[in-house]
Amino acid sequence: MMARKVVITGLGATTPIGGDVPTLWENALKGVSGAATLEDDWVKEYDLPVTFAARASVQPAEVLSRPETKRMDPSTQFAVIASREAWADSGLNKEEIDQNKLAVAFATGIGGVWTLLNAWDTLREKGPRRVLPMTVPMLMPNGPAAAVSLDLGAAGGAHTPVSACASGTEAMHVGLELIRSGKADVVMVGGAEAAIHPMPMAAFASMHALSRRNDDPTKASRPYDVDRDGFVMGEGAGALVLESEEHALARGARIYAELAGSSVTSDAHHITAPDPEGSGATRALKAAMYDGRIQPEDVVHVNAHATSTPVGDAPEYTALKNALGDQLENVWVSATKSQMGHLLGASGAVESVLCALAVYHRTTPVTINLDNQDPAIPLKVVTGAPQALRAEGTIVALNNSFGFGGHNAVVAIRSV
Amino acid sequence: MASNEEILAGLAEIVNSETGLDEADVQLDKSFTEDLDIDSISMMTIVVEAEEKFDVKIPDEEVKNLKTVGDAVSFIAGAQA
Repeated sequence: MMARKVVITGLGATTPIGGDVPTLWENALKGVSGAATLEDDWVKEYDLPVTFAARASVQPAEVLSRPETKRMDPSTQFAVIASREAWADSGLNKEEIDQNKLAVAFATGIGGVWTLLNAWDTLREKGPRRVLPMTVPMLMPNGPAAAVSLDLGAAGGAHTPVSACASGTEAMHVGLELIRSGKADVVMVGGAEAAIHPMPMAAFASMHALSRRNDDPTKASRPYDVDRDGFVMGEGAGALVLESEEHALARGARIYAELAGSSVTSDAHHITAPDPEGSGATRALKAAMYDGRIQPEDVVHVNAHATSTPVGDAPEYTALKNALGDQLENVWVSATKSQMGHLLGASGAVESVLCALAVYHRTTPVTINLDNQDPAIPLKVVTGAPQALRAEGTIVALNNSFGFGGHNAVVAIRSV
Repeated sequence: MASNEEILAGLAEIVNSETGLDEADVQLDKSFTEDLDIDSISMMTIVVEAEEKFDVKIPDEEVKNLKTVGDAVSFIAGAQA
């Protein structure tokens, strides 16, 4: 029996370069930077070695009610904002669908870190009585998935893939499997992250993962450039409505693209360093293509993981070369973290939103700050202006995400 | 020392930020659970925030006796003394 086809019918996002999908897409094609010097007192108070980040361009307090911002961790706030946009975009109506066949797979890399650390500060400064009763449900990593499930009335299960910076893409994988297996007809998938807090900033800086280009934040995220020196911390969320094709067709839904294949592998190589041969990433790419019955010639676009770290960017090239062979010369690669920084557990979801739009509009987001391309990474990178993708026939975009722990997640998004 | 009017206004502010209810709806005769639909976790949050705002202690065993907003205002006024 053929597995059920899964299609993407709704998109939502809140990011450093746009608080909704239309703004995100407009800016992603234009090429802007969401990074800026942080004005928070804690930057000076703790004398942080990195003094900038890419904050969400629309802060949750601008769109949510006071009780919502008070009772949800910022990561959950971002998730709910993106999910509501994706749901409205899909045209689905809560009253008209089977709630037991509506599921959620909403990822996060770190979870409610603001809540956890604020509560710890409160405990130390004011004692246990002042630690608020909502602290536990706010800090738990399944908070975003649970809040989205409550918001939508999704009773078909709420899952929380946690695989560091691969989390958002792994959520796509989970959603695909839920629909293929018949357990769900509709799944709200996504990823959310809100970790621009002094402790994670200090910790990522301590491992020299963050760029230290403090005097020029908008030039700091520069994947594939010879002068790249680390990633830029971002925040926000992405959300996609996945739906069985038959369910979408029955209600006459607008279909952006097909989620054709996915794969998750693990390097089993090192807790943080990528396998220099890219073997885990290669297996993930090949398996996602096999899963979607995709040939290298079908692939025209890749939204790369490309975080702008010196050691991370090169093995991804090796993996793409292994998986796509000579076709890689015809593939336009976008490194959108150059614009919005690294949204950690949300990045795979936001980048999947961009891939769905790239396939739908047959055009690519751009990569900024690529002044001198690393000769060790001879990819065909979209710089300057968007590139039109093949106008005729079926096209496929791949989205790669890799996370500390050796997690590799790949999704393949195909035109319909 | 806050007056009863000030305590009521302060409580209304806390209830509003916790639940989104209009401050004007937080009246002395309203029951927290029946009229304002406040669940136990929200009630504990309101208690903790009221303790901080009015610099009083509201023992856990006392919370179940605070059925109406008026009960809370009276208790806080007494506890201040």
